[in-house]
Amino acid sequence: MDKKLQPIVEKLEKMFGATASEYRGDVSLVIPREQIIVACEQLKALGFELLSTLSAVDYWPQEAPRFHVLYQFTSVSRNLRLGLRVPVPGVNPTIPSVSGIYRNANWRERELWDMFGIKAEGHPDLRRILMPADWEGHPLRKDYPLGYEEPQFTFNFEEIDLRKPYAKE
Amino acid sequence: MPDIFEVTIDDLKHLVSERAATGETVLLNMGPQHPSTHGVLRLLLELDGEIVISCIPDIGFLHTGIEKNMEAKTYQKAEVMTDRLDYLNTVGNNLAYSMAVEKLVDLDVPPRAQAIRVILVELQRIASHLIWLGTAALDVAAMSTFLYCFREREYILDILELVSGQRMMTTYIRPGGVWRDVPVEFEAAVRDFVKTFPRRIDQYEALLTRNPLFLDRTLGIGRISGVDALNVGMTGPGLRASGVDWDLRKARPYTGYEQYDFDVPTRTEGDVYARYLVRVQELRESLKIVEQALNKLPMGPVRSNNHKYVPPPRSEIGVSMEALIHHFKLWTEGFNAPQGSVYSAVESPRGELGVYLESDGGPKPYRVHWRTPSFDNLQAMPLMTSGVYVADLVAIIGSIDIVLGDVDR
Repeated sequence: MDKKLQPIVEKLEKMFGATASEYRGDVSLVIPREQIIVACEQLKALGFELLSTLSAVDYWPQEAPRFHVLYQFTSVSRNLRLGLRVPVPGVNPTIPSVSGIYRNANWRERELWDMFGIKAEGHPDLRRILMPADWEGHPLRKDYPLGYEEPQFTFNFEEIDLRKPYAKE
Repeated sequence: MPDIFEVTIDDLKHLVSERAATGETVLLNMGPQHPSTHGVLRLLLELDGEIVISCIPDIGFLHTGIEKNMEAKTYQKAEVMTDRLDYLNTVGNNLAYSMAVEKLVDLDVPPRAQAIRVILVELQRIASHLIWLGTAALDVAAMSTFLYCFREREYILDILELVSGQRMMTTYIRPGGVWRDVPVEFEAAVRDFVKTFPRRIDQYEALLTRNPLFLDRTLGIGRISGVDALNVGMTGPGLRASGVDWDLRKARPYTGYEQYDFDVPTRTEGDVYARYLVRVQELRESLKIVEQALNKLPMGPVRSNNHKYVPPPRSEIGVSMEALIHHFKLWTEGFNAPQGSVYSAVESPRGELGVYLESDGGPKPYRVHWRTPSFDNLQAMPLMTSGVYVADLVAIIGSIDIVLGDVDR
């Protein structure tokens, strides 16, 4: 671990009772979801000016926690990187919005809602962002099918043709 | 599901000012098909006469579900999709993905492959900046620059075709090295480009840098401070034009960038003109890197010898049983990456291009997340555009250098 990162990680470990893990030089901490806003404020005060990315991973069919929301922070002034992971349950998944602290969390949290169905509480404008506004389902969830169009061959041409939307009338 | 999805003014109330509801200001659609939005970007503008009160970007028209699709493919096959993200920086996307895979499975890359990677990525950066320069100048009605820029970009695409067989969708940089060694004509082609290009940059600058019409359209337009830019997640030339010296090639060197001598151009003004100056200077710096890498280009293999992850060369398959087995295993089931997750980032022409890769121990990535720079850079639009004229809005969109394939993924 980077020498400059060590005291920051130790401080966060003490504050949130978390343990840091390191894999190939990437340091990340698991933080309970109630404390993510405090953690973000703390990180910003410690010089992490840039929220590099915010996303999630779906561990379906595991339920508690079903999701891990990922935060990746960059300190431009001190040249450091740090990741946070927040476990979120599968039933009624919500997470406090950090868009008040890092402005670019605004669209990233909209993407989180759009793709995973994780609601950011206190978000100023929580609409779908990439999928159409009337879309049903959340595509990046593991129980959402990838979606295929069945190839039409001579033997099943008509059967598939009848299922096409234009065959309704 | 209703056939037509309608949005009323009530749905937008929290985004526009109070005056929009009474009809005092006008809501106007710009895009998704508009020549100045650089792709399928829709902007909802609230206008008071010709002044922009608020600008609400609407994205997602180019969403192709690449992150979801990559989860269903093995590590090697998923790479083909990376070309389609940011279609002006295809080699750079290959590099970002390959580096993430290399970090995940702890794979070595031979020095020759690293130098080839640097040359191609920097050439691609020049090509991408040329497109930006041409289109951004076109937006402020400087038509001839566009034609010259595309002429030089063709040179670079020819070089890419020479090494990979493809002009744009190269998939040339692979985990563990590159696809195959560069052909003998490569060095002469790049040297030729390095020799002629500095004069071309002078020509673009002669057309634009002190052109009073260009200055009128760009100087002091779309200002953003360094603190605000960082807060909205801006990276790349846009951030450096606001006085923040942050370039991943310098700050956290990868692929051997620490061996090359180059500067990171920065400006403090943070306006459209500063972003122009930074990018033009970057053209010259990239050329410096290409020249140094070409001079130092070491001999040796271009792919890692670790055949658990990298397919053996074709010549070995006929004579070695192990090579045949490795080849067969790699192209049928793929390799099993160890369990874990990594975040790896490179400096793309637009900023920090990051890949988050998580493995569950199987041959397919469990989750791939792309931190694409344009997505965050575009979020700075509302900050830069309040109170500007509609005509300046066009110059500002051009100066951010968005690629909608990069925004929507």
